[in-house]
Amino acid sequence: MKKADTLRNSFIGLVLLVTYIPIASLVVFSFNEGRSLTRWTGFSFQWYVKLFESQDIMRAVGTTIVVAVISTLISTFIGTLAAISLTKSRKVLRELTMSANNIPIVNPEIVTAIAFFVFFGTFAIQRGFGTMLLAHIAFSTPYVIITVYPKVRSLDPNLADAAYDLGATPLQALIRVILPQIKVAIIAGAAIAFTMSFDDFVISYFAASGSAVKNISIYLYTLKRGVEPTINALSTLIILVIGIKITHDYIKSGRKKEEE
Amino acid sequence: MERYQLIKPQKRKDRPKRTLEHVLGLPYYGLLIALIVIPILMMVLYSIQTERPAGVFTIKFTLEHYWSFFSEPIFVRVMFQSVYLAALSTVLTLVIGYPLAYVIARSRPRTQVLLILLISAPMWINMLLRTRALQQVFEMTAPHLLGSDLAIIVGMTYIFLPFMVLPIYTVLNKIDPNLYESAADLGATRFQTIIRVIIPLSLSGILSGIMMVFLPAATTLVVPRYLGQGRFLIGNLIENAMIQQGRFGYGSAIAIVLSLLIMGLLYLIKRTDRYQGVNTLEES
Repeated sequence: MKKADTLRNSFIGLVLLVTYIPIASLVVFSFNEGRSLTRWTGFSFQWYVKLFESQDIMRAVGTTIVVAVISTLISTFIGTLAAISLTKSRKVLRELTMSANNIPIVNPEIVTAIAFFVFFGTFAIQRGFGTMLLAHIAFSTPYVIITVYPKVRSLDPNLADAAYDLGATPLQALIRVILPQIKVAIIAGAAIAFTMSFDDFVISYFAASGSAVKNISIYLYTLKRGVEPTINALSTLIILVIGIKITHDYIKSGRKKEEE
Repeated sequence: MERYQLIKPQKRKDRPKRTLEHVLGLPYYGLLIALIVIPILMMVLYSIQTERPAGVFTIKFTLEHYWSFFSEPIFVRVMFQSVYLAALSTVLTLVIGYPLAYVIARSRPRTQVLLILLISAPMWINMLLRTRALQQVFEMTAPHLLGSDLAIIVGMTYIFLPFMVLPIYTVLNKIDPNLYESAADLGATRFQTIIRVIIPLSLSGILSGIMMVFLPAATTLVVPRYLGQGRFLIGNLIENAMIQQGRFGYGSAIAIVLSLLIMGLLYLIKRTDRYQGVNTLEES
């Protein structure tokens, strides 16, 4: 029994070690004094200073954040309303909609990317910020739907009727009764939409191809000069934010357990 | 849903309220049709018509784009390499990912949460950054390996491992723990329990994992770029055909073949999910 435990723990340990070594080296070399990404020469913050001075990178970060925020807001709004509406629609329509909804989720990203590329190309729509934003809204909304819809379905269907009987207008019933009940699912859906948009590369790359608009991923991919430690500094900041979020999630999940 | 039937007599009174609920879905239906259904239909159309400059539709159907997969030596070679590398990586993620998912699912609940968070955390970090991080480690330890099959396989395994672990863990987690004891009571060894009971029950998770690893791995643009030193795999071929050369028909045909592959796999997953009734811990 003891031996099996040791084996199990070292297996998990090894996988985690291999997972985190590259990420750790990314962070370590963001503080390197020299330009090298493989040889340590001394500690410095200069790459962080350069990061904020680099207009190209800051523009890419800006584009990424703006696209992620707008597409998250729009897709969460459209998706939540649609999820509520779907529970009331006929079964055939619902099933048909759900299958269409799953197309961008199950397909490899490159298929969705080609579809957008062909679509914008055919209608001679100038590719750029607008097309990237449209594409992001289109591929994030399905994730909002699959997150929010099961929650709406689990609500008691009499809930809305009770609100109506108590004199609520349909809009009041929606805002005061239904939405508060599904708040957690909406937030979860928005979080997924935001991450999908923030990290997206392939679809953005195709949807904005031929234009000067770049998000972080496109910027990295099209970098002509050799890589610089400024990218490591940017990565470190992103990893820091994600790290904080995950630690927060873990502590919160622990607190919830204790309450139960 | 059934509850709704009960209040049928009131349907008339409800009508204005129901209308609002239908209107709520309209922006989404518009989005679905305009940005998902129509682009896909157009892709199908492009893949079966003769090549014309973008924006012009002719009604001359052809299968030449599909045929070019077999007749263009570059395509055949690249396709073969991509499938070969992605398949090896998928096997590797399965060999590492299944035992990992198993030991996680068998540990204490609090440990499970922590381990799943640690395994899935890298997925939140941009894939290009992670691939570049791995490239950096290769440069430090074994620079001569960059560009080799091994580097690409290691890269794909590194990037896509969580996509194998998570679906398998989800299925394993639903398996009634009593089954382990029942199997033991009936005289099965631990190994037999895993082979005869647990693996068949988690087959749908395995297939989902394979689907979520194999196709993204076969079509990735990023891994061959950073770890293959600019080698060409199928994703790069599509990139080149579409963005550089504007060959809509050719790119569309590849995309459709990939989608068909996905649909086949999904069908297979649905078929193997016949044990679902046994997994009693389904909903919580």
